[in-house]
Amino acid sequence: MVYLELLREYGDLFWSGFRTTLGVSVVSLLGSLILGTFIAGLRMFPYAPVAAVGRAYVEFVRNIPLLLIAFFFYFGLAQFHINLDGIVAGTLALTIYTAAFIAEAIRAGIHSLPKGQWEAGYATGLSYAQILRYVILPQAFRLILPPLGNQFVNLVKNSSILSLIAGPELLYQGEAIANATFKTLPAYTLVAAFYLLLTIPLSQFVRYLEKRLSGKEFVLEGGGAV
Amino acid sequence: MIETWLEALQPAHLNFLLQGFRITLEVALITIALSYAIGIVIGATRYLGVPGLATLFTIAVETLRNLPILYLLIFVRFVLPTLGIRLDPFWSAVVGLTAFEAAIISEIVRAGLASVDRGQIEAATASGLTRLQILRYIALPQALVRMIPPTVSQFISLLKDTSLAVAISLPELMHNAQIIYNGDPVRYVLPILTTTAVLYFSVNFLLSQIAHVLERRLLRT
Repeated sequence: MVYLELLREYGDLFWSGFRTTLGVSVVSLLGSLILGTFIAGLRMFPYAPVAAVGRAYVEFVRNIPLLLIAFFFYFGLAQFHINLDGIVAGTLALTIYTAAFIAEAIRAGIHSLPKGQWEAGYATGLSYAQILRYVILPQAFRLILPPLGNQFVNLVKNSSILSLIAGPELLYQGEAIANATFKTLPAYTLVAAFYLLLTIPLSQFVRYLEKRLSGKEFVLEGGGAV
Repeated sequence: MIETWLEALQPAHLNFLLQGFRITLEVALITIALSYAIGIVIGATRYLGVPGLATLFTIAVETLRNLPILYLLIFVRFVLPTLGIRLDPFWSAVVGLTAFEAAIISEIVRAGLASVDRGQIEAATASGLTRLQILRYIALPQALVRMIPPTVSQFISLLKDTSLAVAISLPELMHNAQIIYNGDPVRYVLPILTTTAVLYFSVNFLLSQIAHVLERRLLRT
């Protein structure tokens, strides 16, 4: 009963938080997909110093907390008179952080394809770009899709850190509602329900993809572990 | 510029950061130990398919691993007291993080148990071992070894996630860094955040290299 009351009275606020969470996650996913592909390209670049830059990015970003990156954009840049609001700073941090994981997923996907694919491509007279475009990427895509899905689930969960830099997403609004009504348990239970509404179907879908795309028909000769 | 950095990184400040890092490590170590124990029990229960209990654990695991860690920390620290359960920041952090990590580790346990060669299970069944005996003497010992690399990776995530406990005022590394740079935000933010990043990075990078070596060694055998 108290849940319905809360939803009736504060539904708009929950909804606005939910939309922000979803919006920030989608924008960060697209951003980190672009940045991650670029970083993966650097990492696999045939010229060692360029590859080292890609590797340094991945190793550094993966090994520091997301929150630290967010604080850098929110508090750190203020020193240079760049004042970003919580949503912008948070989205940037999520993008930079997630890009490192996506770059690794892309690299792993491409690396797990057997060398023979490249050799066969060259033997038939295709160029590097053509092999990548017509032979490697269509196959690697199947291997990359499930980890990408996982990253999206992580993004939805990780976007909750916006609440620590005044980004009005779901957790932030839940906190505001709990403080305004003193209905702490119901308010936070509804927040959990909204998160699970997004994350459970998504992670079930990722599991389905994992099972389907790693099915026997796609096992590549000498492909190694996926 | 250099003077600002020297002032920001004066010994008293560095000491305070290291004190925070100690709390970070303490919370992470206690959490991983608890999560390991709970994760094995949950993973084994689901593997054996204990009626009722296995379903209950499945629901709990799916719920916990699909919620933000920050949510769990805030829930333990600020919502549980309304139900009469009051924990200090340290134990709130341990309980909140363990709730999440145990769910993740139970999945690692399950994957480890499932990866044990089927022929071995069949041979053990044929020689009259019970399912519990198979778990205890055949599946679990092999699964535990295979679990080592993913568990180390999980520990790295955990060290990073401990920073979320700033939300419940645990005096860990990130929290102490904030306290220092709030003293003079304009001049201290960058040096302090950079140093904090270096601290997290050096420990985590070392651990990730160890995980890498372990993985390769386990693959060889």
